[in-house]
Amino acid sequence: MLEVDDIDVYYGQLPAVRDVSLRLDDGGILAVIGANGAGKSTLLGAIAGQVPVREGRVLLDGRDITRLPAHRRTRLGIALVPEGRRLFKSLTVEENLLTARASKRSGPWTLDAIYEMLPLVGERRNRRAGDLSGGEQQATAIARALVTNPKVLLLDEVSLGLAPAVIAQLYSFIPAIREQGTSILLVEQDVQQATRASRDVHCLLQGRTSLAGADLDLADITRAYFGA
Amino acid sequence: MTVNAAAILSAVVQGVLVGGLYALFASGLSYMFGVMRLVNLAHGAFAVLAAYATLILAQTAFVGIPDPGPVLIGLLGVVPVIAILGYLLQRYVLQLTLSESPLPSLLVTFGLAIIIENVLLLTQNATPKKLSLGRAVETASIDLGFTQIGVFPLAVLVLAIVLLGGLSLVMARTQFGRLVRAVSDDPATVGLTGANPRHIYGIAAAIAFGLVAIAGIASGVQTNFSPASGGTLLIFAFEAVIIGGLGSLWGTFIGGVILGVVQSVGAAVLTKNYEILVGHIVFLLFLIFLPNGIIRRRVRL
Repeated sequence: MLEVDDIDVYYGQLPAVRDVSLRLDDGGILAVIGANGAGKSTLLGAIAGQVPVREGRVLLDGRDITRLPAHRRTRLGIALVPEGRRLFKSLTVEENLLTARASKRSGPWTLDAIYEMLPLVGERRNRRAGDLSGGEQQATAIARALVTNPKVLLLDEVSLGLAPAVIAQLYSFIPAIREQGTSILLVEQDVQQATRASRDVHCLLQGRTSLAGADLDLADITRAYFGA
Repeated sequence: MTVNAAAILSAVVQGVLVGGLYALFASGLSYMFGVMRLVNLAHGAFAVLAAYATLILAQTAFVGIPDPGPVLIGLLGVVPVIAILGYLLQRYVLQLTLSESPLPSLLVTFGLAIIIENVLLLTQNATPKKLSLGRAVETASIDLGFTQIGVFPLAVLVLAIVLLGGLSLVMARTQFGRLVRAVSDDPATVGLTGANPRHIYGIAAAIAFGLVAIAGIASGVQTNFSPASGGTLLIFAFEAVIIGGLGSLWGTFIGGVILGVVQSVGAAVLTKNYEILVGHIVFLLFLIFLPNGIIRRRVRL
């Protein structure tokens, strides 16, 4: 179980996330939505250890991981698919996946299992990551995160800059990932996409929680999203 | 002044041999730049430090062992120590200087070079020293007809090829190599794979420092060294790296060989006085006309 307990994150003097708390049960799914600059990516970065938390705590299965560096959190089972994919461009697709074995975590997601679920990635395994299309890169970034066999998968704006058909395909893999016991925290700008993927929604507005709950009314979400 | 073909050919062969030593020197510099974008201005100073450490060991701890024993045993002891020093220096000092600007790391490594040079001056004096493998090893040579090649310089060249070849294989085939290339591509993202980027940097520095220690000791056998020798060694290493192409290991090897051949041929055609100058001029020509070097860097900036 992942718990975020009342965290504040700052960039220098600028608050990016304030007093945000959330909870993600094992095998669960939660969508964090919000406009540009609402603090969604910062929140994921703080959970993954890429951005320091100023106040509050991040707990994984009750263990305080707030001050651990990113690689230690990965080894404990937190995997981030970062905004902009951030593949290692000079490495091949397969090499990108192999780097994630540094997490030393074993589980259902072997390379073979991943290639089977994401044939798109398997077919491109010997191509340099920098030469892939956007959709292929995103799939590879998800695959790289899966190689760490995470307890919690953090997906940052998977749909950004991709064609609707590709987005639909990537989202179609989410149930298979959850079936293996991995819980998913996803960040989306697209409210419809987010509510289709997850009943539980957490809406951020200017770094603060503006609404959170399950099966929310679209009108309420829209208000929380734009702060009207 | 007459220069015949045999003399030129002989100079080329001798130059290739010297080039092996330059390549060994330059590879550590090139590797650290390729991995962490850090130019280590103390590179030459650490080579000299390794030579002195070996000399002291050979003259104190291993006296009485027949040549080339003392220097070889010294090498086996000094190289790992310098490599570990490289790890610690990277992890706890140089790491703090890594930033968008290259200036902090340049200043810190420049400072380190000055500290090492002066500590050696204070403790060892300025008299040039040499490491001895004994007459038998140092004068052994192979007769090629038109020229004689020394067995020791040949061994250094072979060692350079073996070490660079080995490092290339490690970089291409192993998990460590993948992680080094990954950290060179995008250090901020490597943590997401579960690897500690600082540890990878540290290991890379250990490899670079181990290489420069070997080069420093090999150089100490071939020529005299004194506490201030580091600067000259650094310049040759720099020239080899630039000629070959920043961050490319085999490029650096080729760069070292080119520098050695140019110096040696320059000395044969003109006089010994021009040896170093011709090397510098050719380096400048490369800088002007081929600033990316012969092999364009594989690792992205």
